[in-house]
Amino acid sequence: MLVDWFTVGAQLLNFLILVWLMKRFLYKPILLAVDQREKLIANQLADAALKKAEALKEREEFHSKNEEFDQKRRDLLSKATEEAKTERLRLLEEARTAADELTAKRQQALKNDAQNLHQAIVRRTQEEVFEIVRKALKDLASTSLEERMADVFARRLQELSGVDKVELAKALKTANHPAVVRSTFNLPDAQRALIQKALNEALSSEIQVQFETAADLVSGIELTANGQKVSWSIADYLTSLEKAVNELLNKQVQPEPPHSAPDSAPPLVAPAVTAVAELPNDSAEPPTRVKEKVG
Amino acid sequence: MHLSPDQIIFWQQGIFKLNATIANTWALMLLMVIGSILITRNLSMGMERSRWQNLLEIVVTSISKQIEEVGLSQPEKYLGFLGTLFLFLACATICTALPGYEPPTASLSTTVALALCVFVAIPFFGIEEQGVSNYLKSYLEPTFIMLPFNIIGELSRTLALAVRLFGNMMSGAMIIAILLTITPFIFPIVMTVLGLLTGMVQAYIFSVLAAVYIVAATRVRSPLPKTDAKQ
Repeated sequence: MLVDWFTVGAQLLNFLILVWLMKRFLYKPILLAVDQREKLIANQLADAALKKAEALKEREEFHSKNEEFDQKRRDLLSKATEEAKTERLRLLEEARTAADELTAKRQQALKNDAQNLHQAIVRRTQEEVFEIVRKALKDLASTSLEERMADVFARRLQELSGVDKVELAKALKTANHPAVVRSTFNLPDAQRALIQKALNEALSSEIQVQFETAADLVSGIELTANGQKVSWSIADYLTSLEKAVNELLNKQVQPEPPHSAPDSAPPLVAPAVTAVAELPNDSAEPPTRVKEKVG
Repeated sequence: MHLSPDQIIFWQQGIFKLNATIANTWALMLLMVIGSILITRNLSMGMERSRWQNLLEIVVTSISKQIEEVGLSQPEKYLGFLGTLFLFLACATICTALPGYEPPTASLSTTVALALCVFVAIPFFGIEEQGVSNYLKSYLEPTFIMLPFNIIGELSRTLALAVRLFGNMMSGAMIIAILLTITPFIFPIVMTVLGLLTGMVQAYIFSVLAAVYIVAATRVRSPLPKTDAKQ
């Protein structure tokens, strides 16, 4: 008999016991461990998903912030550039204005210096010229010149006309003191007589004359009587020429335009020369030209 | 020369006896239980785990998956019975590699006992799943004429389970014993390897057949005719 029923029963029991033992010591703990691990993995996956979602959100946030920051940076940069440009332009303008002012000042100073120098030179030259002339005339003055001057003075007296003559006559008549004739050198008697004669003829009366010498007259003769004065002197010419030159200089200095260069200033001696030179041209040339045009 | 380890009796007292089948079964049980206890004593719940734990996890989850694939939607419920059945048979087969070890499955008493377990388990799970009346009705399908055939089929498949396993296991051990007397070198080793393979296949067949029978019994109003899945 191949089947031993006691063994069958024993094996049946053994198997059932084994099932219980296996359940108790193998399947239960193993399945529990597997379940736990699956839970753990599921949790970790969920956690990872959550973290991923958070990371994505943060990334988005960061991205948007970054863009915002970039935009702000760009705005600030452009604003700063604009401001810098404006500031640069302003500074340039300021610098230009300052430079212009400085240049103008310097130009003005230079012009003033040039003017002052010019004036100084002109005055000095003028003084020197007149001094030289005075000195030369003084040196040249002599008796014969005095005689010549007396002749000229006598001729003048004779040539007196109209109002001057009447005024002088009136003055001489009303004078308490005799008329005074002053000269640089003591006039010789012949000249004295000539002058006396000329005066008498000119005024048609006997005039009391007193002759005096005056060193301040450069070279000339003058007659004074009761506030009236008739004179001929080189000093008078010089004085009138000096006056004319001064007037001319003052005229040229004052109306000069502000931006005229120092180079354009007229030569120091030129005004006197041109003034003297132009007189005959102005008086002579235009009428002839007019005549020619009319004709 | 003996056909079954039942015939090797170590101790006997009346009807109680301790033969090689029972002794080997106990040894096997001890091995399995102690091994399980040792491995599952320090089970790791986290990601890091020992190789042995990993091996056991693979075995258990594979069995569970296999049960599910056969058609049982709740494998944990049947894992204790079907898993133990497979593991017991597989361990017995593997242990044949040990010299002088007679597998308990080479005894018809053991295979009958296992077949009887299956025979009882089928209506147990069937009734548990669909109730007594529904389960009993399944014997009248497709018509009541089929009742005796269904009952015969139930008995015959249990007998077939027992005899198939016994025949395969016994023949394997027998062939090796015969070959050892004829060609004591090399060839028995090849036959032992072949025996291991057939033993594992038989363990798988026995377990899967048991699972299929349980599936057939637990399927509520199955549209499919009750199949007698024989090898």
